[in-house]
Amino acid sequence: MVDVTTGGRPDQAASTAPAIELKGISKAFGPVQANKDIAIRVMPGTIHGIIGENGAGKSTLMSILYGFYKADAGEVFIHGRKTEIPDSQAAISAGIGMVFQHFKLVENFSVLENVILGAEDGPLLRPSLAKARGVLKQLAAEYELNVDPDALIQNLSVGHQQRVEILKSLYRQADILILDEPTGVLTPAEADHLFRILDNLRREGKTIILITHKLREIMEITDTVSVMRRGEMTATVKTAETDPAELAELMVGRKVLLRVDKTAATPGKNVLEVRDLRVKDDKGIVRLKGIDLDVHAGEIVGIAGVSGNGQSELLEVLGGYADGTGQITLNGQPLDLTGKHSDGQSRRARGIAHVPEDRQREGLIMNYFAWENAAFGYHRDPKYQSGLLMNHRAMIEDTERKIEKFDVRPPNAHLTAKNFSGGNQQKIVVAREIERDPDLLLVGQPTRGVDIGAIEFIHQQIVALRDQGKAVLLVSVELDEILSLSDRIVVMFDGEIMGYGPAETANQVGLGCLMAGLGGTDTEAMQGWTISDAASAEPVDPSKSLIEAVDEKLHEKEAREARKNG
Amino acid sequence: MDLMTVLQVLDSTVRLATPLLLACLAGLFSERAGIFDIGLEGKMLAAAFFSAAVASLTGSVWLGLSAGIGASLVLSGIHGLASITFRGNQLISGVAINFLAAGMTVLIAEDWFSQGGRTPSLIAGGRFDGITLPFAEALRDLPVIGPIYYELISGHSILVYVGFLTVPLTWWILFRTRFGLRLRAVGENPAAVDTAGVSVVGLRFAAVAICGVLCGIAGAYLATGLQAGFVKDMTAGRGFIALAALIFAKWRPWYALYSCLLFGLLQAVALRYQSIEVGGLVIPVQFMDALPYILTVVILAGFVGKAIPPRAGGEPYVKER
Repeated sequence: MVDVTTGGRPDQAASTAPAIELKGISKAFGPVQANKDIAIRVMPGTIHGIIGENGAGKSTLMSILYGFYKADAGEVFIHGRKTEIPDSQAAISAGIGMVFQHFKLVENFSVLENVILGAEDGPLLRPSLAKARGVLKQLAAEYELNVDPDALIQNLSVGHQQRVEILKSLYRQADILILDEPTGVLTPAEADHLFRILDNLRREGKTIILITHKLREIMEITDTVSVMRRGEMTATVKTAETDPAELAELMVGRKVLLRVDKTAATPGKNVLEVRDLRVKDDKGIVRLKGIDLDVHAGEIVGIAGVSGNGQSELLEVLGGYADGTGQITLNGQPLDLTGKHSDGQSRRARGIAHVPEDRQREGLIMNYFAWENAAFGYHRDPKYQSGLLMNHRAMIEDTERKIEKFDVRPPNAHLTAKNFSGGNQQKIVVAREIERDPDLLLVGQPTRGVDIGAIEFIHQQIVALRDQGKAVLLVSVELDEILSLSDRIVVMFDGEIMGYGPAETANQVGLGCLMAGLGGTDTEAMQGWTISDAASAEPVDPSKSLIEAVDEKLHEKEAREARKNG
Repeated sequence: MDLMTVLQVLDSTVRLATPLLLACLAGLFSERAGIFDIGLEGKMLAAAFFSAAVASLTGSVWLGLSAGIGASLVLSGIHGLASITFRGNQLISGVAINFLAAGMTVLIAEDWFSQGGRTPSLIAGGRFDGITLPFAEALRDLPVIGPIYYELISGHSILVYVGFLTVPLTWWILFRTRFGLRLRAVGENPAAVDTAGVSVVGLRFAAVAICGVLCGIAGAYLATGLQAGFVKDMTAGRGFIALAALIFAKWRPWYALYSCLLFGLLQAVALRYQSIEVGGLVIPVQFMDALPYILTVVILAGFVGKAIPPRAGGEPYVKER
């Protein structure tokens, strides 16, 4: 274990006591050792990253620090003083603030009410609210943490809700801030803004612990980084002295290929043809406003976009669990968009396989065995039948074959789906769908909540399917994934296609603009791209940064929808 | 219909709405904190019996009231223990409390008084009498205002005034105090309260206790104010109508007042017009008696619109990341 005494910042004296020091922290849940003898030192005024795969024990460690769990063994020192943290109240008074991955906000309360909740000054609300209003104004100016104090949480974007969580901590005068996977739910622009906020906080001397599984974020913002694997702290290094490949190896325990290894695509005939597809949801909001789309054999078409701009609805219509209007043909034959031949069963029969966006709700039944899940949707297949009954033996044997081929761990077909990690759950879904040899594979968020090792594998499988001459339609909110996996990219905003073109000429900035419905010079710079008229070409106000313009545009859309929901 | 008849119906509305209102506000506190309570009926019934029994035995209505509140609090404690501490199903616990109260009251009444499961009729001192408000007599003869003040506003028992004053008080507590903010938060997202360092269990028990006190007053009013003594099943579904009123009111105090007055009016009309002739067709008494309940169903089915209950309602809080 590498010991780091200074945070890598010149103004920090080596003699300063660490803001947080953990010694020998262990925690077990039954037979599972979530944390094993963890030691860590975080210097004040630094951003310390903790990286590790899902289930490596990062969140458990932070929950111990915030008083949610009690450690079985070990000691916590805050600013050099040994501190007991039996509950959240103790953590707050020790100056620790926590921004959870799933926000702990009251949706129908205002920002102010959420901020003062639990930190009121007296039995009556009025003075507390007035004081908080003043403090928020000051914090907003100091750290670029602007939020309308009277807005209801449910009307705020995810990025703003996160700012409220940070404000909550700062209002309680936290000087150590823990953020658990903070960018998982943010748009690229929002993530950039968050990092600016974190930078400001560091400059003011706050200590920040950033938990993430994204290597890029670690490299971008942290001063030091600790790597966790299987409940143990495997290394702590200065960020400046490491690189993503080394960190990935430390995380997974073997060399990992970080980029997708693929050859140029050789597109064949048109497999999927979508014309003027329109979808209205049950609240009457139009989600798809006339989509035209082609996917050819032997290519991966990636749909980029901020979540909630119609990509899910597109997958739902194609996968057969939402109705729409327009024309869709598969291999030249029309698909029913309503009625009894528009369900998932009929789609599968036509050769469309679907890896849904939310594997826990749409892809798997969490309480069912792996072998049951591995056959679902195809359970009427003759090979699983024996007379009137299902042939369990055939299903189990088939599953065991898939488990071996897709390296699902643990390799046990008799475990229920919920007992697998996110990555292995996803492998079960991918195995089920790909092994049917479909003509068209729909994939939604294939690697959301999936660890690096499994990401590599799943990406390889998708590319292999393409190389067999199959058509793949990929939906992902991860721009990196879209850029590395797709052959062609289509960008959606507010239910419309903003532009499309080859992946090799696309770049983050141009895509980011299109994802917010902005046209302009950055998008025109992408060669071979067709920009839709719907993307507003009006020049961005020069007084504002591009990021702010993107942010604003996305908010306009969210506000419009909130009003309609109203 | 002359002014006097209207006033009499409205006067009766106020009396009949009072127990509904108190029970409805009781439910409001509990459900706003995320604890569903279909045991309002049982708590009222237990309170009605114990208030009447103690008032009858001691001759003091105030001791009766205290006993009623105490009985209701005990049942609230059971509900809290089952649904907060042991994280049981809140509906099952509520149903159990209703059964317990229905059986227990009659059993104890028979054992203590041997009058077929009822308490003796309460005489003066054992009942809450009407209070004549200041100047009621003096103003009585003024046109319009006089009768309204004398008939409608003055002359109710103290618990009626308590019930109506509880409305602004509830509003003030919920929306103007720290306790109210936390109470509403714990019904919406207990995790937010927990991570803010405030006890979820403590808040929910406080809410359930307030619910117990208000149900106790409601039950005591039934047996010692509205009527003179306890009879078997005397709540007659009022706890459930209060729940309906609570949903109709979308869990808001002032709306609760309006909806309880509406349900009270329906009961008052049914009581006054036992048989009505419409074009030679006599509407039977039974139909008039059933009308408030039928309208309850109709109103809930058709006129509530989108009522969003507290988001964490009915779910025990389990700490998780």
